[in-house]
Amino acid sequence: MSAVIESHHDDHHHGPAKGFSRWLYTTNHKDIGSLYLWFSFIMLFVGGAMAMVIRAELFEPGSQIVSPEFYNQMVTNHGLIMVFGVIMPAFVGLANWMIPMQIGAPDMALPRLNNLSFWILPAAFGVLLSTFLMEGGAPNFGWTFYAPLSTEYAPPTVTFFIFAVHIMGASSIMGSINIITTILNMRAPGMTLMKMPLFVWSWLITAYLLIAVMPVLAGAVTMMLMDIHFGTSFFSAAGGGDPVLFQHVFWFFGHPEVYIMILPAFGIVSHIIETFSRKPIFGYSSMVYAIASIALLSFVVWAHHMFTVGMPIAGELFFMYSTMLIAIPTGVKVFNWLSTMFKGSLTFETPMLFAIAFVALFTIGGLSGLMLAIAPADFQYHDTYFVVAHFHYVLVPGALFSIVAAVYYWLPKWTGYMYDEVLGKTHFWLSFISVNLTFFPMHFVGLAGMPRRIPDYAMQFADYNMIVSVGAFLFGLSQLLFLFNVLKCVYYGKSATAEVWEGAKGKGLEWTVDSPAPYHTFETSPDLTNPQTNN
Amino acid sequence: MGQTKNVFRLLLLTFGMFGFGFGLVPLYDIFCDITGLNGKVTGPTFSSYDEELETRTMKVTFVTLNNKNMPWGFKSDAPQMKIETGKDYLMNFTFTNTTTEPMVAQAIPSVSPGRGAKYFHKTECFCFEQQYLAAGESITIPVKFIIDPEIPNDISSLALGYTLFDVTEQFAYK
Ligand code: HEM
Ligand SMILES: [Cu+2]
Repeated sequence: MSAVIESHHDDHHHGPAKGFSRWLYTTNHKDIGSLYLWFSFIMLFVGGAMAMVIRAELFEPGSQIVSPEFYNQMVTNHGLIMVFGVIMPAFVGLANWMIPMQIGAPDMALPRLNNLSFWILPAAFGVLLSTFLMEGGAPNFGWTFYAPLSTEYAPPTVTFFIFAVHIMGASSIMGSINIITTILNMRAPGMTLMKMPLFVWSWLITAYLLIAVMPVLAGAVTMMLMDIHFGTSFFSAAGGGDPVLFQHVFWFFGHPEVYIMILPAFGIVSHIIETFSRKPIFGYSSMVYAIASIALLSFVVWAHHMFTVGMPIAGELFFMYSTMLIAIPTGVKVFNWLSTMFKGSLTFETPMLFAIAFVALFTIGGLSGLMLAIAPADFQYHDTYFVVAHFHYVLVPGALFSIVAAVYYWLPKWTGYMYDEVLGKTHFWLSFISVNLTFFPMHFVGLAGMPRRIPDYAMQFADYNMIVSVGAFLFGLSQLLFLFNVLKCVYYGKSATAEVWEGAKGKGLEWTVDSPAPYHTFETSPDLTNPQTNN
Repeated sequence: MGQTKNVFRLLLLTFGMFGFGFGLVPLYDIFCDITGLNGKVTGPTFSSYDEELETRTMKVTFVTLNNKNMPWGFKSDAPQMKIETGKDYLMNFTFTNTTTEPMVAQAIPSVSPGRGAKYFHKTECFCFEQQYLAAGESITIPVKFIIDPEIPNDISSLALGYTLFDVTEQFAYK
């Protein structure tokens, strides 16, 4: 009898395997979460290096360092890597780590699929980056790869690009299927949908968005592939196709995609703000409904990226108003975060600083978005640095800051050690100052008419561009501090308690397990049906 | 357990959306056809209009463009004509293959303003087919058209533009 129990015990509490094969074959959600996060971290520096090349070229007017052809490759790959290689994998990594722990599940629902969806990702980016070494150079048609620039006029490496996008899409779709199944099937008893942590909610909805639009992206690149190699004319006017159709298909994917990159951030920031305000989140259910309505609306606004293609007035108006409508649920969220902080006993540890900066700066990005949504005004702003300023405000101090905040917030739980708070705050202030130095002046040069994606500019933009470049270099360097802080935490950090943050126990199941979180958690699911244990 | 069922449903959704992506192609064309958006011009079928409707005169401009490196000569007989709505007109276009190779070309029409496109009826047009010309050969083809008298009054002129594409390579596929 006891022998049976013994072996049972061994079976479930073995530690991780050793060496590289641990990572290659792992099906453990925490391992896979770490893999995703490290991958994303590395890609942040790869994509960041490309941004540095861009800003070095734009430091002064005139052709400085790189050829216009190479500049185009930098712009394109910077965008592709940051979107598909940094923001998205980082959120998936956080989902892997946190969702099972937050819903009281032992692992993801489909662990082997999980392993596959991670490991094809480095393959995809390997393919993409290898095009730099090929004849014709890397993709150079912008991250939005409009046809016919990406078909008739594309470098021969476009086929590798298409292949890479297919793999990234497959990875995202598999990841999403896994996340939805985990959330729907593996919640601890008593955790009803409306009791789920907001990060879980935001990911549930994000995963549905991914499944709805990644296949459309796959369709778009498949059509490109056929136009290039099989003589079809989806996007070629000569054969009866239409390049504008490409833009419709792309943005049908593209707009929901930008919400894919922000909804999980909403979840993260909600958790951090409630923890450091020592209050429950204000308006939980309105938060859920806001996320859901943003997701639904995101399917009917895509042509706000296309106001200048020659749409009829009715189309302009429809997409203008539907876009503006999104500001309402977004406003609800901002209001709820502010209300959560209102009269809370606030403390300002690094994650909270990043979360507050998120709220403030993301809102600036939302406001410039609203300006761009005004169709007649967009004719002036479109394809200028004003758009660049807009989406960098929502993506860098928006999505990226939320990821950084999440790493600081959960790092002690993952590693069992505290990061260095002084270093963390230094990292925050340097990032905060430099991010504004980088992206705020872009509004001005954009309004004055500086076009995006051009390696040179008129003299009148010189001063602001120099400021922007200095800000960008500083921001780039500051992120090395982040890397240093994470490594310092892993190797030399002080031990963290299970609760980590004062009062965090009441803020979610992840704070009820030890720090570091054991390799296997919630092998028997916690029972939340009893209101006493349900914090 | 509901798990397999969930996975199955999500897979179905994935494939469904992949199909939907391709579905956007005909949807887009149908949408443009119905609304006349995008300057897409309706086919040769033209049902007769109400004889009672008042006709008026307006201007039609002809624009010929060569795409990319298309070397052909491509011209209309006149850049412009005054027309009366509801009447048949004809304009000649001349194509010249200026190269030393046989080539196939396709002209793609577009009407602007886009709102006027659905009132521009072409009863005969070279844009319905591809043009094959031997080296140095030249050909003149007419476009026959009627402007629908129902065209809104605030449209005082229409432009019919043609872009000429080199489709010799695509032609080889067929
Ligand atoms: C209130 C919310 C928002 C509104 C009203 C809005 C509106 C717009 C509009 C109208 C454009 C097109 C501008 C142009 O090309 O002329 C645009 C571009 C863009 N937006 Fe937003 N936006 C909002 C939020 C966001 C969020 C949350 C994200 C991402 C996290 C985002 C990411 C982008 C990106 C990446 C582009 C540029 C795409 C490109 O052309 O490369 N936006 N936005
Ligand atoms: Cu959008």
